[in-house]
Amino acid sequence: MDSPTVALHESTHSEHPSYQRHHFVTMAQQRESASFGMWLFLLTEIMFFGGMFTAYLIYRNWYYPAFVAGSHTLSIVLGTTNTAVLITSSFTMAMGVWCAETRRRGGLILSIILTLILGLAFLGIKSVEYHEKWVQHHVPGLRFDAMSFVHPKAEPGQPAEPGLPLDMAQHTEVYFSLYFAMTGMHALHMIIGMGLLIFMLIKAIRGAYDNGNITFIENFGLYWHFVDIVWIFLFPLLYLISRHQ
Amino acid sequence: MSSIVSLPDQTTARIPKRNYLTNENGILSWLLTGDHKRIAILYLISITFFFFIGGALAALIRLELLTPQSDLMAADTYNKVFSMHGIIMIFLFLVPSVPATLGNFLIPIMVGAKDLAFPKINLLSWYLYLIGGGMTLWAMISGGVDTGWTFTVPLSTHYLNTNVVTTGLAIFVAGFSSIFTGLNFIVTIHRMRAPGMTWFKLPLFVWSNYAASILMVLGTPVLAITLVLVVLERTIGIGVFDPTKGGDPILFQHLFWFYSHPAVYIMILPGMGVISEVISTFSRKRVFGYSAVAFSSVAIAVFGFFVWEHHMFIMGVSNYSTLIFSLLTMLVAVPSAIKIFNWAFTLYKGSITFETPMLYAFGFMGLFTIGGLTGVFLGSSGTDIHLTETYFIVAHFHFVMVGGMLMAFLSGIHFWWPKMTGRMYPEKLSQLAAVVTFIGFNFTFFPQFLLGMLGMPRRYAAYPPEFQVLNVFSTAGATILGVGYLLPMIYLVWSLKYGQIAGNNPWQATGLEWQIQSPPLTENFIEIPVVTQDAYDYEWLERQKEREVTQVG
Repeated sequence: MDSPTVALHESTHSEHPSYQRHHFVTMAQQRESASFGMWLFLLTEIMFFGGMFTAYLIYRNWYYPAFVAGSHTLSIVLGTTNTAVLITSSFTMAMGVWCAETRRRGGLILSIILTLILGLAFLGIKSVEYHEKWVQHHVPGLRFDAMSFVHPKAEPGQPAEPGLPLDMAQHTEVYFSLYFAMTGMHALHMIIGMGLLIFMLIKAIRGAYDNGNITFIENFGLYWHFVDIVWIFLFPLLYLISRHQ
Repeated sequence: MSSIVSLPDQTTARIPKRNYLTNENGILSWLLTGDHKRIAILYLISITFFFFIGGALAALIRLELLTPQSDLMAADTYNKVFSMHGIIMIFLFLVPSVPATLGNFLIPIMVGAKDLAFPKINLLSWYLYLIGGGMTLWAMISGGVDTGWTFTVPLSTHYLNTNVVTTGLAIFVAGFSSIFTGLNFIVTIHRMRAPGMTWFKLPLFVWSNYAASILMVLGTPVLAITLVLVVLERTIGIGVFDPTKGGDPILFQHLFWFYSHPAVYIMILPGMGVISEVISTFSRKRVFGYSAVAFSSVAIAVFGFFVWEHHMFIMGVSNYSTLIFSLLTMLVAVPSAIKIFNWAFTLYKGSITFETPMLYAFGFMGLFTIGGLTGVFLGSSGTDIHLTETYFIVAHFHFVMVGGMLMAFLSGIHFWWPKMTGRMYPEKLSQLAAVVTFIGFNFTFFPQFLLGMLGMPRRYAAYPPEFQVLNVFSTAGATILGVGYLLPMIYLVWSLKYGQIAGNNPWQATGLEWQIQSPPLTENFIEIPVVTQDAYDYEWLERQKEREVTQVG
């Protein structure tokens, strides 16, 4: 029912596609408005995360040894894997946008499903990491004990890290506060994004995007890449502090 | 006294049968509408509701301060009352006041578009506002909150047992309503202008709302993340602002004021836009220095982001940053003064008439100037240390926000009332209301400058007896002010049924919104206009009228 030729004839203005909203004069105006609006929204998102990056900047300067020690408890293997997973999901999302533009319904559905799976994989690995923090008593407020930084235990096969003085060790709680706040907000954005992916998947299966009305997919693509880029900043700032030592 | 009002012959005039109000009927046609004009009306009703709640709380504050002892209510009840007064008035009234009502209604028409770029997001913004407002009311009814509107940590996170979390989340939600309004305006102004409508043909109302929208889009998310961190600190105890864990409460202040200082420009800039329109219309002249006024709005928006620390001079920040922020604060005075001087020059040799919107605009110019100049006292770090946290600062921001913004809001409501409803308000009664408001306002808040200079601290239910005389003055003035606000509420509702038919252009104004029928059609324009005239071109308007006459003849 949604084949483009039929849709064109159904429209009251024969020169406009049926999905053009009545208050836009041309389709180009509608497309530009939607994409401009999305970029503005991403700007608000940058400011939203910006508050936490500011806090990070200040506390990292003040409590550098605590941030190094906190950072070294994170698993670099899991972090790197997650970075790879997320970048791949950005690739599959970009493929999805391309498929939508070239009206390949099958490719679009496949891309959305792959993006969903990769998003789930990211959140799965993230929850493993969160669980590890819980076990190690590194969750600020709820379950936190700084003593493991005063008397660090040696990992098998590696020498123990030098212990921190008690007051600096306690400041690792600030590091973990920021770790959970930043990765938590990032994960929340992923969860919202995956909700939207499922919504798009259902619509794509029903063929809602076959008529070229793909503004939603394009804008979602921007959102997904934005969430990805936030992680690209979070990963070195949280995982890779002073790894050469 | 002369008047420019020209109304159609009342015996034959009718409200147009087809307009945005009659286009569809039923409650759902309002609750699910995408029409920017209907959403503006929904916003108008809701912000008026919250204004009267905030106003009732203000009345309680003034009643308590009638006597030196805390006798009307206990001290902690007083804390809750003034906190809720601030939260409701700032986040639920002042921030959305002009943009969400007049801006929503007018910006698409002024740029020559059929609607805002994203009608559904516009409606979503109203629902978010309602949810935020509802949560705030719930927080108030179920025990209140006594942090002050600033949510200061560690007071709000560690020492209070009131509804901080509910209120914080309420403001978070209401903040997104403001972000969506701003985003919608920016996209509309960039992408939806009619053919020929260049940036420098836009009415100054559009420019100032554009500047305010930039602040909404860039500032509000910082408040959002700050409130999220406060809520997380309070619920699970993360340590970002907690000094016992190494966090810093001053960081909270920086993040909070990074939004909340620009927020005062979010509140005042759209009001300045209203004043530009009104002053021009009632002095029959193009606004003097159009581009200077336009760019001063943008300059206020830009400078506004670099002055936040002047709220923190006594909080233990470095002396050197105090010096710099004090200097930057003085810079904001420049674009504000550009506006005031240009309005004054617009009046010079104009054919001035004194209809109600103009009276409110005069009130704005006087009171905003006093409010702005006393702001210089507070921006200079030396005097600030003496005056901050006293009634001087209370008087200062009430002069700017109530004397400035609320006057501008009422000016705009009266000015565009004929366009929104198709009917005139009663002129004599409303002129009386404008004068009563002005007198009541000065009675209420001028004594507070004196109280502040004498050293009466803000936010206490009790005060030493020697301050009583001035406080009685202030409370008496607040009663007059209350009458000044109730009057428009009553006669504007009355005018919906009994007001005179306004016709398309009762003020002989030049904006696009005055060239279409009142109330407008749902789609605003029968065909999208092609704009050739400059803003405030009264000769163009005369030529249009002559052409109409010859055509009809």
